[in-house]
Amino acid sequence: MSATQDIKPADTVGIGREASEKQSRKEAARSDALGFDPSAPLLEVEDLHVEFRTREGVAHAINGASFSLSEGETLGILGESGSGKSVTAQAIMGILDSPPAFVTGGQVRLRGVDLLTLPEESRRLVRADRVAMVFQDALSSLNPVFTVGHQLAEPFRIHRGYSKQEARKEAASLLDLVGIPAASGRVHDYPHQFSGGMRQRVMIAMALALDPDVLIADEPTTALDVTVQAQIMKLLADLQAERNMGLILITHDMGVVADVADKICVMYAGRIVERADVHSTYGNPAHPYTKALLESIPRVDLKGQQLATIEGLPPNLTRLPDGCSFEPRCSWARERCRVDDPPLYDVGAGRQSACHYYEEVLGS
Amino acid sequence: MTEPAHATPDRAASAGHGEMVVSVRDAVKHFPITQGIVFQKTIGHVRAVDGVSFDLHRGETLGVVGESGCGKSTLSRVIMGLIPASSGSVNLLGDELVGMRERDLRKVRRNVQIIFQDPYASLDPRMTVGGIVGEPFRIHPDFAPRGDRRGKVQELLEVVGLNPEHINRYPHQFSGGQRQRIGIARALALRPQIIVCDEPVSALDVSVQAQVVNLLERLQEEFDLSYIFVAHDLSVVRHISDRIAVMYLGKIVEIGDETQIYEHPTHPYTQALLSAVPVPDPALRGRREQIVLTGDVPSPANPPSGCRFRTRCFKAQDICAEKEPALVSRDGSVQPSACHFAKELDVIHATR
Repeated sequence: MSATQDIKPADTVGIGREASEKQSRKEAARSDALGFDPSAPLLEVEDLHVEFRTREGVAHAINGASFSLSEGETLGILGESGSGKSVTAQAIMGILDSPPAFVTGGQVRLRGVDLLTLPEESRRLVRADRVAMVFQDALSSLNPVFTVGHQLAEPFRIHRGYSKQEARKEAASLLDLVGIPAASGRVHDYPHQFSGGMRQRVMIAMALALDPDVLIADEPTTALDVTVQAQIMKLLADLQAERNMGLILITHDMGVVADVADKICVMYAGRIVERADVHSTYGNPAHPYTKALLESIPRVDLKGQQLATIEGLPPNLTRLPDGCSFEPRCSWARERCRVDDPPLYDVGAGRQSACHYYEEVLGS
Repeated sequence: MTEPAHATPDRAASAGHGEMVVSVRDAVKHFPITQGIVFQKTIGHVRAVDGVSFDLHRGETLGVVGESGCGKSTLSRVIMGLIPASSGSVNLLGDELVGMRERDLRKVRRNVQIIFQDPYASLDPRMTVGGIVGEPFRIHPDFAPRGDRRGKVQELLEVVGLNPEHINRYPHQFSGGQRQRIGIARALALRPQIIVCDEPVSALDVSVQAQVVNLLERLQEEFDLSYIFVAHDLSVVRHISDRIAVMYLGKIVEIGDETQIYEHPTHPYTQALLSAVPVPDPALRGRREQIVLTGDVPSPANPPSGCRFRTRCFKAQDICAEKEPALVSRDGSVQPSACHFAKELDVIHATR
């Protein structure tokens, strides 16, 4: 485009806006240019390592996590606080605070492109456009001084180069999509004017704005009441089916995972200790930790009895034991577990377990 | 299944429990909404607790469930005498709390203690564990002479499963579960008869949650405690409670023993609440009948006319807007249920 073509006669009022609009449209680079191969698997995480370099030492937050996700699939990542599930999500999104966090190894391949090798500029194009995230705490994830409509319109303006009006219109239709009543009137409202469930809907709308291929939901319903949780989970499931998205659901609620996930990764001390489809995990866990977690849920038939507990605490990530990280709390542990860190064994039927004695665990 | 309607809003507790320790009748707590800076005028009331009645017996656990904003935390503070009730009666071990002078209240209050939800926010980061657990002794000096206190605190730490040698440590040196144990030790210090547990395990991980629930049950047996267990996790409430009260917008909508509420719920709100709980069994996926409520809880400053649940209820009819249903046993409901159309529905086992 030459300079002479840009100059338009007359209409001095419109000129400024139109020009800037054109420019932003032109500048809105798309992630398409990054060489994504539509025939490659949707998302593959391979041997991911993340560490936090702190004053107290190096905390090994993720020590070799691998999993994959395909279109329309829901992967549940289960684990207690500090197990590395949120760090995994942040590493995929590329939003880890660095320092102190450093990705020290592994690959995160989206349609064949390793996101970890991309420069920050390109990663920004991938975020929201290809991979988007819903956070736990909607109130602190939304900016209190901008209207919800403004925040929802932002991805369209930045990634797509829409004008303000166009973007605002998209924002209203998004709010409608996630089931907020009288959506076009509510785009002018601020986050504090929404209830907790409605705010989480806004977060979901924002994440879905650019129709991402992968949606990561990090404890999306933990702060909500069960009745609202049911609404939000239903919304997520409907939208996922409609758009054939890959969904990564990070949670510690075993009930929620059982309801929606296709497959499960159980994380402990920065490692995936069990990987399987949801039915086999719940039906017959292959790792002592998964088994113990399932047993510690209060059940009707166990009323009046003591709940099963996992004694002790998760290990300090700056001083991981030489052997299996779960060994100090494990009722199956033997001498070998103390010295020999178990690899992720194939236990059959596409399942893996990081336990030397998985056969006994399965058989029990 | 017809039973005579009960005049008392609460049925006697299951056999085996002793005398009544708490008796609440028609407790009301309205918070004024004011406007103006110099001349404040009241423009309305938030009806946080609006006519609640129940009894608690010795050694018994009453679970209180409901969504956020339903008044369960306000209710627990009214029982403790921390927030004075606007009207009604709160009887604690024979003493009437409503209208009692602050000085007398202090003496009565030692019999009822509270465990808070957030073990991070409820412990002063600048006090040692010894200071935190021993603080009740400073407020009630007649309970333990000064020289005795350190030993008493160590004893308490041992009771809740903490190392007594850690008495000089600070809260940040403990994990979430251990901090909750510190909170429990503090609540036990004055040997109370009643403990209000306000979401004691919601902030904890599943495996730690089980440890704390087990500890609470052991302590109940050891010290013959009565618990009021406020929580939103329905499976934990079921595990620990003898009886359960379901609250909605400042009122109890259904109250009964654990089997009645969970196996034979009759109020539509109880049914919706139970059906919304995800079941940790993927085999039941898509086969369970789920009642998904639409919308949010209405504002307690301006509750709907008639039945407060009618705006979200799947059974609502004209009468619900006109007449408020009383909390009584009706045809189709053994336990008191505040619904004109109370009818049993097994939602937990319901499959399509």
